[in-house]
Order: sequence, then C-alpha cells, then structure tokens
Amino acid sequence: MRPMIERTVREHRRALDAGEYSSLELTRAFLTRIEEVDPMVGAFLTVDTEGALRAARESDARIASGASRGILEGIPYAIKDNFCTKGIRTSCASRMLENFVPPYDATVVEKLRDAGAVLLGKLNLDEFAMGSSGEHSAFGVTRNPYDSRYVAGGSSGGAAAAVAANEAVFAIGSDTGGSVRQPAAFCGIVGLKPTYGRISRYGMIALASSLDCVGLLTRSAEDAALLLELLEGEDGRDATGRTFQEMGKPMSDSRLRVAVIPALAKGDAVSLEITAAVERAIAVLQRHGAEIGEIELPDPEQALATYCVLSAAEAASNMARFDGVRYGKRSEDFDGLISVYANTRGEFLGEEVKRRILFGTYMLSKRNRARYYDSALEMRETIRERLKETFAQYDMILSPTAPTEAFLVGAEESPAQRRRADLCAVYASLAGLPAISVPFGTSRAGLPLAVQLTAAPFAETKLLRVARVLEKDASD
Amino acid sequence: MSNQAFEAVIGLEVHAELLTATKIFCSCSTAFGAEPNTQCCPICMGYPGAMPRLNRRAVELAIRAGLALGCEIAEVSQTDRKQYFYPDLPKAYQISQDESPLCKNGFLTVSTKEGTRRVAISRIHIEEDAGKLIHRGAHTFVDCNRCGVPLIEIVSAPDLRSPEEASAYLRKLRSILLTCGISDCRMQEGSLRCDVNISLRPFGSETFGVRTEIKNLNSFAFVEKAIAYEIARQTEALLQGNVPIPETRRFDAAAGKTYPMRAKETSVDYRFLPEPDLPPIWVSEEDIERLRTTLPELPDARALRLAQAYGLTVYDASVLVSEPQLADFFEAGAGKTDYPKLLVNLLLSELLRHCASDPFSSPVSASRLAELSQLMGEGTVNSATAKKLLLRLLDGDLDPRLTVKREGLAQVRDREQLLTLAERAMEEQPRAVTDYRNGKSAALRALQGKVMALSGGRADPILLESIFLELLSPHSDETR
Repeated sequence: MRPMIERTVREHRRALDAGEYSSLELTRAFLTRIEEVDPMVGAFLTVDTEGALRAARESDARIASGASRGILEGIPYAIKDNFCTKGIRTSCASRMLENFVPPYDATVVEKLRDAGAVLLGKLNLDEFAMGSSGEHSAFGVTRNPYDSRYVAGGSSGGAAAAVAANEAVFAIGSDTGGSVRQPAAFCGIVGLKPTYGRISRYGMIALASSLDCVGLLTRSAEDAALLLELLEGEDGRDATGRTFQEMGKPMSDSRLRVAVIPALAKGDAVSLEITAAVERAIAVLQRHGAEIGEIELPDPEQALATYCVLSAAEAASNMARFDGVRYGKRSEDFDGLISVYANTRGEFLGEEVKRRILFGTYMLSKRNRARYYDSALEMRETIRERLKETFAQYDMILSPTAPTEAFLVGAEESPAQRRRADLCAVYASLAGLPAISVPFGTSRAGLPLAVQLTAAPFAETKLLRVARVLEKDASD
Repeated sequence: MSNQAFEAVIGLEVHAELLTATKIFCSCSTAFGAEPNTQCCPICMGYPGAMPRLNRRAVELAIRAGLALGCEIAEVSQTDRKQYFYPDLPKAYQISQDESPLCKNGFLTVSTKEGTRRVAISRIHIEEDAGKLIHRGAHTFVDCNRCGVPLIEIVSAPDLRSPEEASAYLRKLRSILLTCGISDCRMQEGSLRCDVNISLRPFGSETFGVRTEIKNLNSFAFVEKAIAYEIARQTEALLQGNVPIPETRRFDAAAGKTYPMRAKETSVDYRFLPEPDLPPIWVSEEDIERLRTTLPELPDARALRLAQAYGLTVYDASVLVSEPQLADFFEAGAGKTDYPKLLVNLLLSELLRHCASDPFSSPVSASRLAELSQLMGEGTVNSATAKKLLLRLLDGDLDPRLTVKREGLAQVRDREQLLTLAERAMEEQPRAVTDYRNGKSAALRALQGKVMALSGGRADPILLESIFLELLSPHSDETR
C-alpha cells in the first residue's frame, strides 16, 4: 500500500471505515505535508487549520457512531480560491479581494461539507482564473511539484499542484477554457471538466459565465466519477444548471469509435512528445478494440480566437462589479466617483486581468461588436454543430490536453503565446462538452504527459470508463 | 402662434415596478420604505459568485401587461446585460432585454378634447431596478433595497402630438396597470416613472426632427409641463434657425424648465451582452391563453358598461375607471341605491374632496354613501343635508336614515310651511324683493338663503324656488 497521503478517495474510505486511521490523523498528515512542501509549491493561499481539525473530529465522531455521511466522510480536500467559502477569505488571487470574506458558501462547498469532506484550505490560481501558467497570481507563483523550475499550469494551478504534491486527496477547480484540464496535464493528475451546467456554478466567482464549469482534480478517474456523482445536479440557484440526460450516440456494445483531430495530432501546433503520447493512446485504444477515425473541425486557431473574444467579453462584464463600492479593496486615493473606480481598479487588478477587461470591452463596443463579438458567436454555433455531427458518429474525441508539456517559470513571451496553452481545450469549452485530461506517460525531461478525451453532453460515464483504460495502461 | 409652426412628435418610455412580493432575481422582499439595506442579499447586491434566478411571476405580470395592451408575446426572448458604472448598480450592469423583448407591437387608445387616437406601443420588456443613492453632507450612501425590484419598460411609438395627449396616454396606461394588478403605479414612491422623447417638425413632414430626451419625470403634471416647455424651447430655437442638439435633459419642477444633462454624442455605450447566467425565456401558447383568461375587464370596457348600466355620463364613467378602486367603490354601492348618478356625484365631488389623499382609507363605506344618495334621490333630504351627513360619516359611522328621522333632518317639502317661510323672508328683506323686481335676478339667492337659514337648511330647494318665482311674479301682489 502507498503512503497515506498518496492514496485515493476509495482507498481512504476503506481505511477510515476499517479504523486503520482516523480522519483527524489523516487531516494532520496533510496539514504537516502542506507545512513542509507548500513553501516550495505555492499551492495554498489560505490554510484553515482550525476549521479542518474541527471538521475532522466531527467526522471521526460520526464514523464512530455509525452516522457516516458516505463516501467522502472525513476525507480532506482543498478548493480553488475563486469559490466562495463563508467566513474564509476568498481572494481569487487578486489584491482586489485580498480582504473579501464571503457571507455565503458556494453550492459545491456546501455539498462537500454535507458529505462530510474536510476542507483544508483555499488554492492559488491565476488572478480571477485568467491565465494558463499559475504565474499570474497576486500572491505568488505555483510551481510544478515534478520540477519546481516549471509551471504548474493554470488557472487551477494550485489545485493541480496540491493534488500532485500530496497536499490534499482531491481538489475542486474551475475550467473556462482548459483551466482544470491543462494544469492537471502539467501536474500528472486527472482533470475533469463536466458538461456545462452539470455542477452548479453558484458561488464560483465567474470568469466567463457561458463557459465556466466546476472542475474536478483527482488522483484517478474513479475518484472523479464518484465526486461527479456527488456534486452534480441542479440546486435551484444556478439557472444554467442542467439535469442529466443521455445524449449523443449510445455506447455500442462491440466497438468504441474514437475520433482524432488531425490538426491537433500532427504538424507544428503540438509538441513532438505530446503528439507521440496521443499516438500511443491511439494504439492502446485500438488494442482494446476501438475504431479510430479522423474528423475535420473548424481550425483550432479560429476556435481559440473565438474563445478569446467571447471569454474576454464576458469577463470584462463579470469583472465590472469590482468597483470598490460594496466589498473588496477601495483606493485611498480618490477625488470623485470616477476616480474611485479608476484608481481602485487600477491599483488592485493585475496586468492580465486589465488586459482582458480592455480587450473584452473593446470587442463589445458599439463599433466593434458585429465584427468581433457577433462573428465569434456565429463561429461558436458552427463549432457546436460540427461537434454534434461528430458525436452522431463517434463516442469520443481523443486529442492532446495542451499543445506542450509544462514550460519553465517565466518562459511566457507574449499574451498571444500565453493563450496558445488553451488551443486544445477550447472546443469542449465552446460547445459545453465534458472533457477529461488523463496522465499518460512522462516526457524525457521527467514532466508528466497527458491526453484529453471529449464526449457528447452528459456522456461523462463513458468518458470516465475510457479514461480508466488509458490510466491503467499508462501506469503499467 | 409659434405652436402652429411645428408639429410635436412625442414618444414615452414608462417604467413600472411590478407587483411581485419578491425581487426579479432573488427572494428578497420588494416592500417599499424599509430601513436601507435590510432587503438585500448577495444576489441583488452583486456579490462575487452570486447568480440570478428569474422570478416567473414577474414574467407573468409583464405578459399580462402585454396582453392588456394588445401586444404580441414572444415565444422565446432573452435577457441582456446593459453595462454602465454607477454606485446604485451593484453588478455594473442592469439585466434587461435588448433586441428580443417579451412583448411587442401593441397599442393604447387615447382620448383628448381633440378626439380619440390609437397610439402604438413598440415594446414591453422586463428588467431590474437599480438602488438608491442617499446624499448626506459630503457623503453618499447606497441603499440596495430597490436593487432587483422587477420593472417593465413600456415604450410607445413616437405617436403622441401634444402634452395633453401624453398625459392622457399616461393616465390610461396607469388605469390599465392598476386594473390588471400589474403595478401599484405610485409615482411618489417611484413605482411609475416616465422618460419623454420629443422632437418638432413642420406640419405635413414625414421625417423626424432632432429629438431630446427628458429623463425621470415622476408626475403627470411634470410630464405635461416638461413637454410644453420643451415644445416652446425647441420652437423658438427652430424659428431662430437653430437646430436643437440631440441631448438628454432633466426637468426642474420648481423652475418649470428643462436643462441639459449630457449630449447624445458622449452618451454611454451600453455594450449589451446576452446574459449568460440566464437561459432564454420560453412562453408557451398555453401560458399565454391561461394568462389571457385571468385578465380582468379593462378600463374602456368597464367605463362603457358602467355608463350603460347606470346611466352615467361617459366622462363620469371614465373618471371612475381611471382609478379602479373608485370604480370598485362605486359598483359596491351602486346596487344599493336607485340613484347611481347621485352616488357618482357624492363620490367624485364630495368624498374625494374631503379625502383626496386616500379616499379608501376614509371610514365612509360604499353602502353608506349609497344610502345617502338614496335619501337624496327620493327627496328625504336635500343636498345640503346630505353633505352635512357625509361630514358626520367621515367622523364616524352612523345610520343616515335613522339619524334623519331622529334629528328631524328630513327635507321640508310642505308647500304651506315653505310658503310661510318665504313670505317671512320677503318681509324681512324688502330690498331683495325690490332688487329682484327691478331685474336683478341674483337677488333671489338672498331670499332662498334666508329660508334655508330659517328651515335649518332643510328646505326643498326646488320647491322653494318655484314658490318664490310665483310670489315674485309681477302679478302676485294683485292675486293675493
């Protein structure tokens, strides 16, 4: 058996129920681990030691009295710091919300507490989830646990690194254009972005509302499956919530049909090692009887541009409420209303956030809207339609999760280059499809490699089943 | 003179708060007048992560308004974010509807002295209200109680042509919204507000002139005054060869003038964004039919019915229905009297005069007022006594008929008795008699007044007048 802090939810469940160790012991082990490694990793922004120990004791009492709340009872986890936690600072890794303590819990936080899970603390991210490297936090870089010279990815960099560095059993992140899948790939763990609307977004601080999804970062596809089951479902507070409905092509008994996107499988869009990993994954699936076909989708560069325009337009809108009036920081230096806004936002928002606000505002302005925003909406429809057709023929799409493995801290050259990290992830985001990143081997530099599976809406079960096949093969 | 040179082209945008118990996107109360910031939550205060949920009741009330105003109801419409920064707007965007309103292409029939015209209603959409700013000294405070109160915006076509017509449109609209229970339309509480768009053009012209917008008028009188002022101002400018600039103006009620707020060229770009937190609003044919069947009798139909059923004048009937509560009050009493027209008079000219602020908080019930009209109509009391009884009813309930009997208030209708009193009056006021005979017919009133005083106000005025006319006729001296 692996060391305690390296185990999966399923393994902890057995041990906790058998009395091998208590939730308090387990929680303490993680708190110690955080103390030891986090100064190097930079995954946590807030550690709620007292709250975690109290929750663990309560869990132990319930287990002892036979009142266990189920699969997650007593299991320590951590959550990205863009989910509201009542009474615990929620900063979005921004100076703007450095002092913001929400008066309410996000739905997922509530559900996890009700399930008996123990919250260890809040995780680092690119400010307001804008970024793909984990470097754009106002409170420090998150580093890759495999090699601290490399980035953890982003924006759920803290979440991916925390799980990879054994600082939590699992983590909750948010995925707008790959923000769970890409850091999961960089850190060698499983990252699931469910179907849009399947898990309530209530209390998750919005980046781009029509794309945002609650995402799961776990040690195994199995853990992701059991978390999804627990967290999914409408809560009456997220009007975009969608109840499970089986869509797309039913899983054929005989053969799994998997599509690959040539534009993302070869050429110079994607690194050689990633391309090789996808090739190996194809081989594994073929060995398991899958039939592989190639599909044409609208150009990935166009999909990326579409994503950039839409997400920035919505982000600019969502970020407007941070005005220094009701909560968060307010500049000390103001003279009249406009300067309250300008100076507050100028002082307390980071560069990348400001860049996207400007970009999004520009895209939506009267004179640019038709040219940029409206054509992006059209392209999104085209992509959706094309993917719908794809899933009439195929069970899922196999692709890279990200065009490269983790890169060096400080290696990003330009904002445009930075956005290329989302290249492979945005199809699923634009179409609201479930997608999962599965660790698949190691690069020559010793960094994790991964592949991505994308399926039809609500086809997570199918997705997770195939993910387990790849997972098993990768670990063999 | 100058008003004849140009035709005014006026369109109105009316905001009405909907009569829902809770806000449009959360479950906070919409009650007016609470302590600041006691009726708000993370959702209506725009807290990070909070999300809106559409109050279906608000949609239903908006559809009700659409149906009452003859609109088409959209099977599917969407909400949009209208974005601008202001401290009373917590999210820095208002959730509204841009290109796909819930209702469109309706109309309202408006009557003025000039006649009756059909005014097109371009659209009705739903949106959320903003909060309120409270200025205290050098500080400004934000009260979020009103944030998220549901509104409809009713936009007329530029079909109105005069201040009177605009005012008539608003009054008619108000009576429909009240009748259908859509809004309480309390302008003093801001639950009904009006923006005016106005331009002038030469008579006969088909094109539009340059328009100005007057924002946030909160009484019908202000709407009329602001329009009249704006017509005069624009007329003068045009006559001097100047073209008015397109701008937003505000009305200063004290000065009776409008002043520029901001020019349209520098107007805000609202950067409308389809609201990604809310799915499209679907309205089924069944929803619409269900709502249609719950619509009450509308003001025009009700006025017609009241006029026909009770023999009222069209004017009286239309005054009654302009305040549905008045019409309700009338109808509650109308069955209890044989003299509905007298009941209307008592209601509109007497009761309303005494309690103009809120006639329905008065202790006088519809049946009591009906009893009074009955006593008057059957001749038991004259109108002076009826008015006195009404004053006493305002102080506390009593049985009018019993009181008349007990206190001997019944009208004196005995010819002999009145004749005696009339002769006494003529003896005591010979001057009036002479005056009358010399052609000053007004002198009769002094004599009538004298008899009223002598009879304790109870003389039957019609009988009395005929007695006097007889007594004062040129031949009366001889005959007697």
